[in-house]
Amino acid sequence: MNKIWLVIQREYLTRVQKKSFIIMSILGPVLMAALMIVPVYLAKMSDEVKTVGIVDESGFFIEAFENTEKIKFNVMHMDIDDAKKAYETMSYDMVLYIPEPAYTYPSKIFIYSSKEPGMLVENYIRSSINNDLRTMRLKDAGVSKDVISAMKNKINLRSISIDDTGKEEERSGTLNLILGFVLALSIYFFIFMYGTQVMRGVLEEKTSRIIEVIISSIKPFQLMMGKIIGIAFVGLTQLLLWVILTGGIVTAVQSTFSSELEQVQQYQAQKTGQMMDPSNNVEVTKDYSKTTEFLSAILSIDFKVIIGSFLFYFLFGYLLYGALFAAVGSAVDNETDTQQFIMPITIPLILSIVSIQSVANNPDGPLAFWLSMIPFTSPVSMMVRIPYGVPYWQLGLSMLILTLSFVLFTWFAGKIYRIGILMYGKKPSYKEIWKWIKYS
Amino acid sequence: MDLLVAENISKTFAKHRALNNVSINVPEGSIYGLLGPNGAGKTTLIRIINQITGPDTGSIILNGEPLHPNHIANIGYLPEERGLYKKMKVGEQAIYLAMLKGLSKRDAISQLKVWFEKYDIAPWWDKKVEELSKGMAQKVQFIVTILHKPKLLIFDEPFSGFDPINQELLKAEILGLRDEGATVIFSTHNMASVEEICDHIALINKSEKILEGSVSEIRDTYKKGTYELEYDGNEIILEKFLPSNFKIVEKNKITQGHRSIIKLPSPKDANELLRIMMEHTNIRLFKEIIPSMNEIFINKVTQD
Repeated sequence: MNKIWLVIQREYLTRVQKKSFIIMSILGPVLMAALMIVPVYLAKMSDEVKTVGIVDESGFFIEAFENTEKIKFNVMHMDIDDAKKAYETMSYDMVLYIPEPAYTYPSKIFIYSSKEPGMLVENYIRSSINNDLRTMRLKDAGVSKDVISAMKNKINLRSISIDDTGKEEERSGTLNLILGFVLALSIYFFIFMYGTQVMRGVLEEKTSRIIEVIISSIKPFQLMMGKIIGIAFVGLTQLLLWVILTGGIVTAVQSTFSSELEQVQQYQAQKTGQMMDPSNNVEVTKDYSKTTEFLSAILSIDFKVIIGSFLFYFLFGYLLYGALFAAVGSAVDNETDTQQFIMPITIPLILSIVSIQSVANNPDGPLAFWLSMIPFTSPVSMMVRIPYGVPYWQLGLSMLILTLSFVLFTWFAGKIYRIGILMYGKKPSYKEIWKWIKYS
Repeated sequence: MDLLVAENISKTFAKHRALNNVSINVPEGSIYGLLGPNGAGKTTLIRIINQITGPDTGSIILNGEPLHPNHIANIGYLPEERGLYKKMKVGEQAIYLAMLKGLSKRDAISQLKVWFEKYDIAPWWDKKVEELSKGMAQKVQFIVTILHKPKLLIFDEPFSGFDPINQELLKAEILGLRDEGATVIFSTHNMASVEEICDHIALINKSEKILEGSVSEIRDTYKKGTYELEYDGNEIILEKFLPSNFKIVEKNKITQGHRSIIKLPSPKDANELLRIMMEHTNIRLFKEIIPSMNEIFINKVTQD
């Protein structure tokens, strides 16, 4: 035991002291913080008020556009050719041109501008015109004004989860999707990154020929486990550093620019509200605040379960794959030969990434269930499901299967490893490796 | 007393039988040479003694006890295929390897410093291994092998990679370790070194032990009763005076006088040969020809 500890220490210390580790530990959080902060600022920067000049040849829509906080409308009393020439000198950002319709109502409208008009403006104009057109057509069909205004009522769909005790909580599908995606991807990356490190470490010992010196002092299995565990600690250290540093940077930036950010965030939340329901227009936000709904959804997530299971799948997913990567490293002499053996290991991992969307679409469906039970895909697939809520028996069963597979496959890998590390020369075939496993 | 006894060791890899019923007895305090052509099974036997692999059948007794994982601390092993972590610092790495053998960190550091001074590699303590020359890396490996003062030292082709000066240094070191009470097993192809430093040898060929014993006894057994003579005068004398059962194997003229090799029917006749020669000529050299280990080796292996 004492000796395994020595190996763990060496594996950990040599890696943590590497320049690449230190750079990754600093660069990662900076990038992640930037990913969280920059879009907010970009949104704020693009937040100037746009003025739209209207040239309406049809004459239907002069009154259709209400000014909002971000978009101002003004009718330009000139024809479109003049308007196109003059709009900039008249300090308009763009010209909205509604040509004379071929039939009763126009079916085409144009925006002329030197700069990109932006999603917000386009959506607003489109929905305003559609609303107006609908009203007009309904009027033409003889529908009374009361009925028309009654039709404008928007349905506000809110998803509420009920647990066994009858407690109700707001839930957000988008939030769950994002959370699951981020957690699953980080597990995937860590398994890949640190699994490969295990393989490289084994190869390094083999090619530098230090392996025989070491296994005359320590059992090959101890060496393998020491290496896998040591590298697991490196991974956990990196994760911890990332969480702490990212949190630190984000809080620092937030506290420095707190007032500005608050505005931006509120606006962001409004915008998210609109985007989730494209037919909404701005007045919907008057009915209720999406922000508070979003916040209550965040608070409703069971972070204890998420963090606990994230750490579990992070660790055991890595341990399972780490043992397999160690076996691959031991079986060959150089990195180019690893390709053939890495393939079958990485296919289930990639499968679990590819199926994230399908799992998220139906988190309780059969695909999601089976992928979260198979140990090679469960670390990623289960993480996608967890934010949506997974029955405890499934979570427990999946964890049990993963733990048992870890024990089983580490045992297999140990057998391959024990023989493989002393084999030089020809790349072994699968048949030979199978013989190594059977070899007592 | 024998420090290490291997009894009827057999080991088969897939279809290849690496060792077939091999037994060796390594006397305590001896330097024991394990000889044999490539692929004979020497390294397999050494790996079994080091508990890197287990034998299919047979047993190993070390110091009176069956081989046990705790014995690792009593064995120092320098494998033929040896290396170090390239990216690790020399000192750090030596400490790590010494600690794996069971030394405390403090002991490891203090003893390593002494050895590093002795071998003139102290300035390299904080350098990375990849900056070392091959010879220096070999020195580090040698130091680490013997640092924990093991009772049994096993060297697999220890001289490969050393220049002649360092080979002598290493040889002296091995003899010194033996004198301090260590038992040394070493496997080699270098027969000259076997004659110089080995007390006992075992010859392994095609997975079987074909010869074992002390070097002097083996050479005695393999001598053919031939004697070398150098004398003044001319060779005709020999044929005239020697009895017919004294065979002249070889004769030639040298700068001063003649040289002959004569095969005697029995060692007792050596005195008779001398007496006859003394009557007729002036003897300058007389010696029994004892076969070199190299001859015995080639002889046994090709015969087999």
